[in-house]
Amino acid sequence: MVRKLNIKEPDLSVKIGKVIMKNPVMTASGTFGYGKEYSGFFDIDEIGAVVVKGINMAGSDGNKPPRIVEVTAGLVNSIGLQGPGVKKFIDEYMPFFDKYDVPVIVNIWGKDIDEYVQVASCLMKIPRVSALELNVSCPNVKSGGAAFGTDEKNLSKLIAKVRKVTDITLIVKLAPNVSRIADFARICESEGADAVSLINSYPAMVIDVDRRRPVLANKIGGLSGPAIHPIAVKLVWEAASAVKIPVIGIGGISSVKDALEFIIAGATAVAVGTANFTDPLISLSIIAGIKDYLIRHNMPSIKSLIGSLST
Amino acid sequence: MDIHVENAIVADHSKINRVYFLLTLTAPNCSIMAKPGQFVHVRIPRLDGAVLRRPFSIFDVVGDQIKIIYKPVGKGTDAMTRLIKGDSLSIMGPLGNGFPDPAEGRLPVIVAGGYGAAPLFFFASRSLKKGIAFLGGATSQDIILPDRFKKLGWKIKIATENGSMGTRGLVTLIFDEWLSKNGKKNEFECYVCGPDGLLKAMALRALKHGWKAWLSLDKHMGCGVGACLGCVQRIKLANDTEGWARVCKDGPVFEASQIIW
Repeated sequence: MVRKLNIKEPDLSVKIGKVIMKNPVMTASGTFGYGKEYSGFFDIDEIGAVVVKGINMAGSDGNKPPRIVEVTAGLVNSIGLQGPGVKKFIDEYMPFFDKYDVPVIVNIWGKDIDEYVQVASCLMKIPRVSALELNVSCPNVKSGGAAFGTDEKNLSKLIAKVRKVTDITLIVKLAPNVSRIADFARICESEGADAVSLINSYPAMVIDVDRRRPVLANKIGGLSGPAIHPIAVKLVWEAASAVKIPVIGIGGISSVKDALEFIIAGATAVAVGTANFTDPLISLSIIAGIKDYLIRHNMPSIKSLIGSLST
Repeated sequence: MDIHVENAIVADHSKINRVYFLLTLTAPNCSIMAKPGQFVHVRIPRLDGAVLRRPFSIFDVVGDQIKIIYKPVGKGTDAMTRLIKGDSLSIMGPLGNGFPDPAEGRLPVIVAGGYGAAPLFFFASRSLKKGIAFLGGATSQDIILPDRFKKLGWKIKIATENGSMGTRGLVTLIFDEWLSKNGKKNEFECYVCGPDGLLKAMALRALKHGWKAWLSLDKHMGCGVGACLGCVQRIKLANDTEGWARVCKDGPVFEASQIIW
């Protein structure tokens, strides 16, 4: 059944800002811990990049439990950005990556612009940090959330300020719940961001009908998983059509087909999130699946697939 | 790589009474490493729309097989009841930290509510010392393993809320009776698994009297490996501070004095 093929080892490498990734598959922030948690399953150098859980300046306790609830084809979470704070992160979590080569992208957030700037300044001094991903779209905390991700002026100011203090690759993670995603992507590009990633989880709510109360202690959370994938594909396509900087497609990837949709829609890379919980080895099967797809379609490089959508 | 994702094969699947199921899985990697109190994170087949695995305590390990006892309580466990011999399912594990052995010279005392007896049976079966097991439940159907404990040479005491087996009342009632006569603080350690109410009741007793109680917590879990921070429990930390522990990774077994209720 195997067709005779010209391409044996297609080139899967992509570039996001200054970061060269050996393949386009990364992990979505918040679903892969700080890398270490999944290093027992496979060699994390096999994936394109690790995006670690969101880091702020002072550290954060997150929200009260219950923090997660499964819904049909998805998960609603309200973790609330629990994290150790940037100093502890640098001292206790970053050294783990010394024995790996995989690019490390640190997702950062703050209660105001100053905090983002402070965190970025601390992290840019750490050589092992390859890029920063500005979280302007967490649905679970008041700050670091809608204040930036859904307000064009605030977003523009934030990116400009962070851009000033750091020359490492800057990715902005966008919120899905805006009326014109293209406008937000364009702001990121014009303020000097190197890439945009989207989407973050979609604001959502689940009610316990017997108790007539919200299931999550935080009342609302963010929906992730296969349920949001078609929404994400549409937004990634719109964003990628609007800007020249790379777009990273995130949202409900649970198969190679899901990842390919993002890439064909214009994403240079993709990030796997909730599916890590279902199958910790899924990134590896997606990488293998993309390679297989390129071979079957006689494409020497992933670059010919990016944005290849005919409409 | 030290965490295994394994395709386990259903070797046997049966009901042990009107309510509970016993699932036997052939899982060579998991069975060789499993310690009492640990759990496996199971991807339930034919469960459409599920993104999460389901955690189950290990009830027993025999050769290359692990056994799980469960009760259908929702979508996931309902789908599990349809598993048949020969089915393949992905399991992750063993995960979490198990029960520690009691300190030298101390008697292990088990207090179980319902299928909380499952991981405690595994503990008892591997324990060098034979102790006493207090088994409680709503009805006789919830006392799932009395004969197995007996076979191990453990003493058992039973309480059911409707009085259909053993003493009528909560399991803490029969434990308290024993405690008032025998329970000297440095002579035993408690091992508890069951509903939150039981865990808390036992923790309060342990703190009041100054003996050790090891509690196995049950929380809705996401990743199972400490990454998602979905299953957190407030605990005491060093220097009079407090913080979140991940039940899947830092637990599921905690010493009673650590927990902030």
